Amino acid sequence: MLANHIGHYSLIMGLLTSILIFFLSLKSYKLKIIDKRIFSISFLQLFFVLVSFASLVICFVISDFSNETVFNNSHSNKPILYKISGTWGNHEGSLLLWLLVLVLFLFLFLINSKNELKRYRILTITFQQVIIIGFFLFVLITSNPFNYLFPRPNEGLGLNPILQDPALAIHPPILYVGYVGSSLIFSATLAAVIENYISKDWAKNIKTWILISWIFLTIGIMVGSIWAYYELGWGGFWFWDPVENVSLMPWICLTALLHCVLVLEKRELLKSWTIILSIATFTLSMCGTFLVRSGILNSVHTFANDPSRGLFILCFLFFLITISLIIFFVYNNEKQKNFKKIYFFSKEVSILVNNWFLMYFLSVVFIGTLYPIFLEVLVENKISVGPPFYIKLIVPFLIFFLIFMSIGPNLKWIKETNVKNKIQLIIFFFISLLVSLLIYKNIGETNLINIFLIAASFYLFIVTIRDLFSKESYNFSKKISHFGFSLLILSILLNAILSSEKIINLKVGEKFTFKNEKIFFKSIENNQKENYKSVIGHFTIQDDKNNIFLFKPELRIYDQPLVVTSEADIKTTLLKDKFLVMNAIKGNEYFNVRYQVKPFMIWIWISTLLLAIGGFLSLYKRVHEK
Amino acid sequence: MKNKILIILLLFFLSFCFFVLFKSLQSSSIYVPEKEEDRKLSEFVSEDLFTKKKITSSEIFQGSDYYILNIWASWCAPCREEHPQLMELSKNPSIKLIGLNYKDDPKKAKNFLEKLGNPFSITITDKSGIVSIEFGGYGIPETFLINKDKKIIKTFIGNLTDDSVNQINSIIK
Repeated sequence: MLANHIGHYSLIMGLLTSILIFFLSLKSYKLKIIDKRIFSISFLQLFFVLVSFASLVICFVISDFSNETVFNNSHSNKPILYKISGTWGNHEGSLLLWLLVLVLFLFLFLINSKNELKRYRILTITFQQVIIIGFFLFVLITSNPFNYLFPRPNEGLGLNPILQDPALAIHPPILYVGYVGSSLIFSATLAAVIENYISKDWAKNIKTWILISWIFLTIGIMVGSIWAYYELGWGGFWFWDPVENVSLMPWICLTALLHCVLVLEKRELLKSWTIILSIATFTLSMCGTFLVRSGILNSVHTFANDPSRGLFILCFLFFLITISLIIFFVYNNEKQKNFKKIYFFSKEVSILVNNWFLMYFLSVVFIGTLYPIFLEVLVENKISVGPPFYIKLIVPFLIFFLIFMSIGPNLKWIKETNVKNKIQLIIFFFISLLVSLLIYKNIGETNLINIFLIAASFYLFIVTIRDLFSKESYNFSKKISHFGFSLLILSILLNAILSSEKIINLKVGEKFTFKNEKIFFKSIENNQKENYKSVIGHFTIQDDKNNIFLFKPELRIYDQPLVVTSEADIKTTLLKDKFLVMNAIKGNEYFNVRYQVKPFMIWIWISTLLLAIGGFLSLYKRVHEK
Repeated sequence: MKNKILIILLLFFLSFCFFVLFKSLQSSSIYVPEKEEDRKLSEFVSEDLFTKKKITSSEIFQGSDYYILNIWASWCAPCREEHPQLMELSKNPSIKLIGLNYKDDPKKAKNFLEKLGNPFSITITDKSGIVSIEFGGYGIPETFLINKDKKIIKTFIGNLTDDSVNQINSIIK
């Protein structure tokens, strides 16, 4: 109860410091000197939000049900880890976390930007404070995590069991760092536009923040899809669900920005484009928040369904978009354009082409996500856009993207006069075409587009492996990331075409055969656990070499709230995953059993990690160069 | 001058987006994995099990006062159990029965209907399972009672019993 009050009041204090910093920064901007008080008040602001967040965590840990958020989302029987992660497993708490990351990022920016232009620094603080004030108001007015309940209920309603998972305990915080990091890029860009500071130095500094956001967004998305793979029991890892798309869009935009800012740093080109991308990244993150939090979308992620919340974010989102557009049009005058000659065979052009492709993929995902909403409002026609839409639109362009990506990164800045190893590149292409044909011959299907797709991804794979071991350029981070990306695409494709599944209803004692494997349902075992009842099925799978594997998929019947979840049993090897999941059929001794063999599953995670590691190496290098 | 037109167009576009999103807020929906009734059907395209021709949902839901859509598969044991109930419902002339064959082998599906009788006037296939998801299917078997406005008025999760047949008959009267 005490923690509840402390949390609430420090949140209000946080808002007050925010307003104070906003006015102080405006004053400093006029006087052209930084008011020293801004630093101490920023620290105070961080302190208040931290206290507020910590008190919410304490409320969850001690199961203080007089707090409405705790009452709605926790239960005294829950393991301590999920009590803590329950703090951000709900709408109110996750917004508080969002706020904490916002404030933390601003503070880090303040102490790390001492060498930059004064007025640029101040303006960044001003814009960031506008966003922070917006979120403070949003939390306090529409979704206060410290609402007080009297009389105090004896027991809470429980956390949704599918959220009780270690991967999901860390998924939101990581993703939020990525999302919120883009807010700082947004503020800094607007400040730089006003101060006419879009330049080499600015690009160098902002790239650190872009990298941080990008790394966290990459890992956050990965953890989310690992969770979906293990927990949702569909055996897939990406469903083109609107909420997944919403996290993918800022990622694509940020990836484009990451490359584009390189051109700005090396050649001082693409200034306006960099600005647009920075604004778009944050707008897409906000748009994601709006779509997820307003309940417009149907998804497992939608926890809030209060129109007033949606309205607030909607207004705030459009307020920010309008402001950024006004600033862009008023201040971004490219009159002092120093004309530079651009050659087609150069790194900057290849990065531009990479950006075009990324923008195309982004617009496909954007339209697929938003079009159904627009259509429903305008003509009351319900459609749902599923994987076939995305696959049909993305795959043909992906082929060219992959081929381009094999060649582009090795071109020189300004002008490439002599593309090296031409013959080697052509030989590589034919090798990959051959490999792809062989794969398809083995499956026994032929589809021209798919053959080229696999060939293109093998091509990129071979080229990135060659680059990884060549000693010509020492940009190791780029090599790792590009290699990771090629591995990712390759393993996704091979996984998609080589997976096989069988769905069957079985009762204890029955068996079935799938390809050359015999699956036998031996017995079931019932256990009472701390906060759920578990039903474990014992299956044996015998392969053609007579090796026997034991599989134990589990059903968990939670009582607060009453939900049944199925935990798949997955045997992972370097080459393939075997995935077995069962579901109860009501009032029946039969279980619905789904058995899947999914090749190269683990490589999807490994390659995504490689992508992030590449980003991390680049970040490390940048920080040490300073 | 060019810039001004661009700004006006952008503003116009933005306010349009705002309006649409604002409207959609008011009809917001939550994720309901269980029964969703009184909901209008979304459009879909599928393939007929027997003729293998493409067929759209508006062609399927045509010419009857009530429709029953049943999601089934030959590998699904409870589907076998509810088959007599479906056969009984098919005798009622005011209902058109539609079978949605879920992730099944067409040969086995046809065999199943030949052996046990075919209650459906149309059987469509759903090899990938996408149509069922779009339909809001929760599990298999599942049965939807749909009226002529293409609204789902009742959902039965799990196999149909005599009791559910009575319920359907009383709604139709």
